[in-house]
Amino acid sequence: MMLDATAVSVSRNGTAMLDAVTARLSAGRINAICGPNGAGKSTLLSCLAGLIIPNDGSVSLNRVPLAALSPQARARQVGYLPQDGEIAWDVAVRSLVALGRMPHGDASAEPVDRALAALDLETLANRPVSRLSGGEKARVLLARVLAGDPDWLLADEPLAALDLGHQLALLKILRSTADTGAGVVLVVHDLALAMNHADNVIVLDEGRLVASGPPETALSSSVVETVWHVSARWIGELGARALVTQ
Amino acid sequence: MPRLSRPIIVLIVLIAIALPLSLLAGRVWIDAAHTPNAAVILADLRLPRSLLALVIGAGLGAAGAAMQGYLRNPLADPGLFGIAPMAALGAVASFWFGFSASAWLLPLFALVGAAAGMALLALIAGRTGGIALFTLAGLMIASLAGTLTSLAISLAPNAFAMSEIVTWLMGALTDRSWREIWVAAPLTAAGFACLMMTGRGLDALILGDAAARSLGMRPGILQAWLIAGIGLTVGSGVAVAGIVGFVGLIVPHLVRPFTDRRPSQLIVPSALAGALLVLVADCTVRILPLVTELRLGIALSLIGAPFFLWLLLRMRRGLA
Repeated sequence: MMLDATAVSVSRNGTAMLDAVTARLSAGRINAICGPNGAGKSTLLSCLAGLIIPNDGSVSLNRVPLAALSPQARARQVGYLPQDGEIAWDVAVRSLVALGRMPHGDASAEPVDRALAALDLETLANRPVSRLSGGEKARVLLARVLAGDPDWLLADEPLAALDLGHQLALLKILRSTADTGAGVVLVVHDLALAMNHADNVIVLDEGRLVASGPPETALSSSVVETVWHVSARWIGELGARALVTQ
Repeated sequence: MPRLSRPIIVLIVLIAIALPLSLLAGRVWIDAAHTPNAAVILADLRLPRSLLALVIGAGLGAAGAAMQGYLRNPLADPGLFGIAPMAALGAVASFWFGFSASAWLLPLFALVGAAAGMALLALIAGRTGGIALFTLAGLMIASLAGTLTSLAISLAPNAFAMSEIVTWLMGALTDRSWREIWVAAPLTAAGFACLMMTGRGLDALILGDAAARSLGMRPGILQAWLIAGIGLTVGSGVAVAGIVGFVGLIVPHLVRPFTDRRPSQLIVPSALAGALLVLVADCTVRILPLVTELRLGIALSLIGAPFFLWLLLRMRRGLA
């Protein structure tokens, strides 16, 4: 399964947010989108989720243009987790996770139970979301996406508000999701997380694609210096690397 | 579809109790055995009035629940979309031009006003489905309709018309007949059906606009159902009873703690609770020992305004 962005350009009020970005994402892998603030990471993710129609270029899912799919058909295949983590009403955890079944038009309990179990939320199933900690809330929101059994899981900075323990726990779940054959695409600010946990990295700067490929290449010291204007080097072994500024 | 949950059953039972009592309640309590012309009073005065209270209350309650779900704001009220003020403006125009004496023209003018409000809202909000633009468009329409209503009152052709307009705007079910039922009931039912179509979209909006769209929610279609639903329920209510405020604001709050708080599960109980509230409020204004009957709109505002204040204070405590 492939999710392709081909020469995608997006502009708002005359400002280019994405400029002819081409990226090919494969399922069964964790793909990370990195870049400094305002680089266009969230815009690219929204394009990949079919929520923003590019001004130019196209996004296709298994060679079918995303725009040709009905919103419901697209939603069945692409699950999207926004950054803000908004929950407007104080519903119970189970009710919130069950919203993930909406594209399928069923209230099937089995996928909801599975998603709750995958994120260790069974004991919290009947708890109102207002009584959850930040880490629990992040797990519930991810469970909502997983309950839809999407082929692609697109998440905008899902790890940003979490402490190290919760970050690693969530990354473990994302890895097991990718291992089941689903595609995972994450917007990630933490370059070390991307280096150690992603299989493929896309680096954006000012709306343009700067680098893409395995993390060792896409996040090389020279790319870090060019894009983030920070002189730094990677230390440590593969899978446990840290970025040290010079 | 919402299942027949406990709040729904309780509300149906309460309505089943309140409705017969409402037929007996009034300035004169009906004693079927001794009150002269009891059957005529019941059939031609009390029954249509009580049924109309149920119809209007149901429409306002359901519209309020949908509005709060759509705007994800517990302070939202159906009046925010400007449809009620536009319906009132239409009714005021019928007074102004001297058509109000006709049985059908007053509600017809009000319905035309509501339809104009709906069309204007759809036109301004466009196909984008943006909530902020939609709300601002509604506020603008409400403000414009309110200003034009004030202008119509200030330029009323005579003192009688002015008095008629002001009194009518206060909202009441006094002297309503089966005719008003035939106007309001089918339109409210159609509006309610439209609001029921919004349930899934409103549930998706719990997660915010972007996540809702990612779940397949179509903002433009959701807005269209909302405009139609609120236009028909609120518009028909204003057309037959004038402005009856606060029901759409209060009722979803009263009902929400007894549901699982998903907007889709709130529409039916809110309709039932709205029906019950307006029925009880109308009975209350009938039996109050006042020289003239207190207008229903005023009575509900007297209840609603302190409730609104309490709500704000509670929210402030929550934020503190």
